[in-house]
Amino acid sequence: METSNTKVIAAIVENKPGVLQCIANMFRRRGFNIESITVGHTEKKGLARMTITLSGDDKTIEQVVKQMNKLIDVIKVNYLEKENIVARELALVKVKALDSKTRSDAINCVEVFRGRVVDVSPESLTIEITGTSHKIDAFLNLMRSYGIMELARTGLTALSRGAKSISVDE
Amino acid sequence: MTEMSGAKALIKSLEKQKVDVIFGILGGAVLPIYDHFLNSEIRHILCRHEQGAAHAAEGYARASGKPGVCLATSGPGATNLVTGIANAYMDSAPIIALTGQVPTTSANTTYMIGRDSFQEADIVGITSPITKYNFQLKTAAEIPETVKNAFYIATTGRPGPVLIDIPKNLQTEIAEMDFSDKIGIKGYKPRSKPHPLQIKKAVKLLMKAEKPVILSGGGVIISNAANELLKTAEALIAPVATSFMGKGSFPENHPLSIGCIGMHGNPVANKLLCEADVVLAVGTRFSDRATGTLDTFCSSAKKIHIDIDAAEIGKNIEVDIPIVADAKKTLREINNRILKQGKNREDTPWKIRVKETKQQLNQPPNKNDKSLNPKSLLFELRKILPNDTIVTTEVGQNQMWSALYFNALKPRTFISSGGLGTMGFGFPAAIGAKVACPNKPVVDIAGDGSFRMTEQELATSVTEDIPVIVIVLNNSVLGMVAQWQRLFFKKRYSAIKLGNSPDFVKLAEAYGAQGLRAESLKEFSEAVKKALKSDVTTVIDIPISSEEDVTPMVPPGCGINAQVGKY
Repeated sequence: METSNTKVIAAIVENKPGVLQCIANMFRRRGFNIESITVGHTEKKGLARMTITLSGDDKTIEQVVKQMNKLIDVIKVNYLEKENIVARELALVKVKALDSKTRSDAINCVEVFRGRVVDVSPESLTIEITGTSHKIDAFLNLMRSYGIMELARTGLTALSRGAKSISVDE
Repeated sequence: MTEMSGAKALIKSLEKQKVDVIFGILGGAVLPIYDHFLNSEIRHILCRHEQGAAHAAEGYARASGKPGVCLATSGPGATNLVTGIANAYMDSAPIIALTGQVPTTSANTTYMIGRDSFQEADIVGITSPITKYNFQLKTAAEIPETVKNAFYIATTGRPGPVLIDIPKNLQTEIAEMDFSDKIGIKGYKPRSKPHPLQIKKAVKLLMKAEKPVILSGGGVIISNAANELLKTAEALIAPVATSFMGKGSFPENHPLSIGCIGMHGNPVANKLLCEADVVLAVGTRFSDRATGTLDTFCSSAKKIHIDIDAAEIGKNIEVDIPIVADAKKTLREINNRILKQGKNREDTPWKIRVKETKQQLNQPPNKNDKSLNPKSLLFELRKILPNDTIVTTEVGQNQMWSALYFNALKPRTFISSGGLGTMGFGFPAAIGAKVACPNKPVVDIAGDGSFRMTEQELATSVTEDIPVIVIVLNNSVLGMVAQWQRLFFKKRYSAIKLGNSPDFVKLAEAYGAQGLRAESLKEFSEAVKKALKSDVTTVIDIPISSEEDVTPMVPPGCGINAQVGKY
């Protein structure tokens, strides 16, 4: 759940086994609270990008960035100011839809939130929704009345706005 | 490019790093490596427990400034190294731990990684939070580059332990090996030069200071900056307190030396640090044992903090002028700038204050007191030992008494387990230090509890001909915890009695070492002199009172200015 204290950190890391464990270990050991981590390939071979959301005051975030920088497999770390980023999360949610009335109601909601129905069965709908974490929270609150059978959220991923990028020297 | 086996490439890579000694214990998963030792000039010292091997590697590293290497087999061999690796991590010592691992693949058997094979342990996972970096090899061809990177990472920036896990099949695998010297690690670019603007600000603040104090930490020793520190202190007429890890970075017989700070710190250091208007902290991390509660620690002072590890800045203490750089380079810049201003300050009221406080609070032992008390013993020991003697300590009362009463005069001559507080560290570390510096006497100041934790290394010291001296301050209890039970648990003693077992003289003799007992200050002095002449390890057993406390002391939850008890 995103709060006003939630901060976003982006890191470029070596894309190899053990790196995620190493970073997660450091967070656990030093008592930093991770809300979500997303990891994926980058445009450069051998490098992965990690987006971490966590809560804490400025001093804690400064320590997190410094401690991450100390890790050999972490190549670059940036604190992303929330005002200057494009941030998205994806959720897949399976809701109960036993009759045509609830089904069409639910689909209306999906349209309002610009989600998509990606799978349908006689008893359920599976919906894909993308957006800020707040938007997803709001959508899920609506879906609760139908009955959420299963939910998978990716956690936040983010880029800074404008031409600025986290560059890694070759 | 040359073709050879992984084991041969490993030995060759170590030789390229100028490794002359390895502390280790062999086992099934490192047999191919041990076979190649027979073709190498590298001396292998067979320890009696892997923990001893790791501590010896650290003792070697801290006495010499060169990386120490230890080696163990897979599974229990590797896990037995863990305490030693954690110790090196906390005290920023460059050690390389090599471990065997079960094979990555096997034909026709399941003796391989991931199958819970015989003597398999995930040592890379286990040591990830206690190493600066660790590697598990996937192919034999990686060996030269990995070893080179491991030494580079361990010895540069803030030093620390690096582990290389080597599956057994890679040791025999033949591959093309590339021994080039080029280093390229994307995520590791240690910074060492100070920012000129920060230097300017720091010197300005220091020159204005009326009551400056320098707090010198282990980083000063690591970066070989003791000479620069001495110049800074004399130019500023600033008294020098050290952290426990910084003991030896400044000669403790110097008029400006005010001793170690902390829970059992020198009362002069604790007092003057709290009076300072500017504190120059160099290579120190403000550990809880050093600072006490933070609200009173140097509360009236502006703080300059020099450390090579950016993450130490602002971690425990807020500072006014941070400088992320090497201690030696930074102090040199500071000194140059002070000299340029051409103001070697005259006698200041602060200098007089330092002198008076020392006279008032640092009384030498009472000459009429003939009892065998630690203070008299350690003052006497300093008189007997040559200045370049390397002293290690165990952990507990023996360690704190040594910090208080045994003056370290040179860097790398006082080696103790500061951060982790590992009982059993001192003796194997002494063996490692002696291997690094065979011409200097090496003395482990021990307690009976600590010494027993790694005493089996007596066999190593005797059979490998590494003579050291162990001084057992034998109070028949686990003294430091006994002291806490006495002071904070209403004398409800629980599980602290060690009794009179073993007889340390007979124990030493059983190992082929020399055992001596001293029951008076005179006997102690004679025993140490005899031990210094001995070419075999000597254990000196000194029965002392089990009621003896380490004082002064900062009670837990108090500031260092609230120290109680007499020096």
